[in-house]
Amino acid sequence: MSTTEVVAHEVDKIPVEITVNGTVYRREVEPRLLLVQFIREDLRLTGTHIGCDTTYCGACTILLDGEPVKSCTMLAVQADGSDVQTVESLEKDGELHPLQTAFSENHGLQCGYCTPGMLMSSVALLAKNPNPSDKDIRKGIQGNLCRCTGYHNIFKSIEAAAAAMREE
Amino acid sequence: MYPAPFRYHRAGSVAEAIRMLGDIGEGARALAGGQSLLVLLKVRFDEPTDLVDLARIPDLDTIDQGNGEIRIGALTTHASIARSELSTAIPIVGDCANGIADNQVRSRGTIGGNVCSGDPSCDWPTLLATLDAQVHCEGPDGKRAVPVTEFVEDLYATVLGQGEIVTGISFPTPAVGSAGAYVGFKRCAPAYPTSSVGLQLALNGDDCEDVRIALGSSGLTSIHATDAEAELRGKTLTDDVIAKAAEAAAAQAEPIEDQRGSEDFKRSLIDTLVKRGVGVARRRCAGETVEVSHEYY
Repeated sequence: MSTTEVVAHEVDKIPVEITVNGTVYRREVEPRLLLVQFIREDLRLTGTHIGCDTTYCGACTILLDGEPVKSCTMLAVQADGSDVQTVESLEKDGELHPLQTAFSENHGLQCGYCTPGMLMSSVALLAKNPNPSDKDIRKGIQGNLCRCTGYHNIFKSIEAAAAAMREE
Repeated sequence: MYPAPFRYHRAGSVAEAIRMLGDIGEGARALAGGQSLLVLLKVRFDEPTDLVDLARIPDLDTIDQGNGEIRIGALTTHASIARSELSTAIPIVGDCANGIADNQVRSRGTIGGNVCSGDPSCDWPTLLATLDAQVHCEGPDGKRAVPVTEFVEDLYATVLGQGEIVTGISFPTPAVGSAGAYVGFKRCAPAYPTSSVGLQLALNGDDCEDVRIALGSSGLTSIHATDAEAELRGKTLTDDVIAKAAEAAAAQAEPIEDQRGSEDFKRSLIDTLVKRGVGVARRRCAGETVEVSHEYY
């Protein structure tokens, strides 16, 4: 048995209270548990993806108290007391969010792996800026990598969603 | 990827953080936003026994101005600096705050953590060297202020002693009529810069009265480009003078070949970035609003 495994048993779990998509979850977590693992493995909300796992790709983007963060680069204990929104929060009563509709209609995804992160970054962008310019959109999803679309249809999707949301 | 196991402690005050870090000793690391530290822990570059979370210490996330200086609390995030009045008033600060990584990283990453990581690719030490900043530290032996150029001693190494933390940074308010620019080049938004240049100019007409230049991602620590400054200080800024300064900066840099590029490529970037920085700083000295930041493909 390595020393690392011995230490693992000695580490006390930490109580946390994290609100995810409006539901308050109280859990005891190992300090090294990443927020993305808490979301995916503990809560079984697997819409949030792990892509690069190195703070690059943005597939794991969630909103923490309204701000976009990469949940692979945050500990669950750091989110104690916070409000988390994941991609599962977007669809309401069977109705897709305008961003989800726009991504679907404008072929804003191909394999779909980056899509949850793209959507959450776009939600954050449109919350602050309902009428973004082309440059604003580029800056809004600068922390999200897509390896299928070449981004053009993602830009189109966000523009379309912004227009639809302004009309609502 | 899981970091190696560690114990977690949450400090409620500066005094408590100092006590916790001091009591635990060598195996302890201070955690702020975690945007540098957690990345290193996940690849097991470091395996601390304990993390002391500073993020909930109150009053360390403020930006104040007065008595000829600007003070930024260590826990101030890049995002809040980017959207602060400070970034409008002193655009070189906004260049840096807006240029660091991407929206998500800027939401979490703090100026104090960025400086403490001791990574030469981190932007704040280079920007702060350009503005002649001091790093404010507090530890078991009390408070001290260390020039940022001395604070980061070596690759991933700072002067912080056991139990000592950074509480904030400060720098003199740039003189009226002076202006700067912080420009960098990176492969994509989330990447660290391949090269970056901070440059602050004081002009009288086209004459350079004073200048300070620092280079990032260009050696084991940020490099104070004294040779380039000497080419500009006291001279009229002609294309020829600027080209010589850019050449001197590229020569003084100590870039290391890695996956971001060869040594030659990085020197040529520095040469270009110095010229670009001078151009932007001159326009800003003349009162023009210029938006710059890191460029990427």
